[in-house]
Amino acid sequence: MPKVKPHRVSPSLDMTPMVDLAFLLVTFFMLTATPTEDTAVVVDTPSSVSDKQLPDKGVLQISIDKEGRVFFSSDSQPVKIAALEKVGAKYGQSFSAKEKKQFALLPDFGLPAQQLKSYLNLPAEQRKAVKQPGIPVDSLNNQLAEWVMAARAENIRTFNSAPYIAIKGDGTADVPTVKNVIKILQEKNLNRFYLVTDLETKPVASN
Amino acid sequence: MAEIQQQADSGKGGKKRAKKMSTKIDMTPMVDLAFLLLTFFMLTTTFAKPKVMQISMPVKPKDETEEQNELKASDAFTILLGENDKIYYYEGLLDATTKPQLQLSNYSADGIRKTLVDRRAQRPTTVVMIKADDKANYKNMVDILDEMTITGQKKYALVDITKEDTDLIKSSGL
Repeated sequence: MPKVKPHRVSPSLDMTPMVDLAFLLVTFFMLTATPTEDTAVVVDTPSSVSDKQLPDKGVLQISIDKEGRVFFSSDSQPVKIAALEKVGAKYGQSFSAKEKKQFALLPDFGLPAQQLKSYLNLPAEQRKAVKQPGIPVDSLNNQLAEWVMAARAENIRTFNSAPYIAIKGDGTADVPTVKNVIKILQEKNLNRFYLVTDLETKPVASN
Repeated sequence: MAEIQQQADSGKGGKKRAKKMSTKIDMTPMVDLAFLLLTFFMLTTTFAKPKVMQISMPVKPKDETEEQNELKASDAFTILLGENDKIYYYEGLLDATTKPQLQLSNYSADGIRKTLVDRRAQRPTTVVMIKADDKANYKNMVDILDEMTITGQKKYALVDITKEDTDLIKSSGL
């Protein structure tokens, strides 16, 4: 009986389908990716059952971190620059074109208008080390209202629609700060806003 | 790599054939790169866009003397958010003469949610007033607003806590 020779199979395998798949996924992720922004403050939002999405455009976001510091951000660069000019003028600050550009690139900020200029002139890697004190929100020095109103006016002027105002609070932030921010908005007759939350599944209320 | 180059056989003494090149190319580096990119994009993508909860605050009355709807004591249901994730609630209104019975509750399904559902089964016109103590945190506020959504409570309001309310919590000893 002749010996059964094992069938010699070439050890190379056809990688083409795998490559196809890999590139398909790469393309998918590239197109859907919205890179995570390197924000100045970490906010751990509480979860809620609401499944409403935060709109993509035209959002003014007020972040409140766990120490009660208030940060402000807008998703539109022209709006930010216009707001900077307006608020800066009010507090006797003028900014160069370069500083404005730098400001537009900031994901968010929490500084009094007086300190912005020096902050913007820092090199990007040194900015991280700066502990931002938050935007002043007390009744004597209410800069948050200025920012919100300036950004809102600019948003209406350029996009013809009022921006959505989102409050992104940390779960452990204290209620007085949050209430204060809400009160400031109410004083400016802004009565509808969004609270940014994470999603949790909706339990069924039984009776 | 994973390929074995087939030796092109050279005929004995015959014509010199052009060396047959394999049509396969080594795809491994490309695959490496593809997966590297894939991993990068997967990790940097924020998948879940944040969700939002919409709240509308009442329009500030232009005139303090403007007439406001009085809330009937029988419809009123007040929730107080205390420190350490405690919830207190009472039915009716608190004033100098009447001191409603304060109850302790919590954020679980059997806690405030059940109370609210029961209360509304008895009295569908219930209006919930949410008063957050200064020591409560923002999560409590979101949670209780969430309970309103879960239980389908349409009429509710965020109200400032009064001194009477904090005194009531203190004196109740809960």
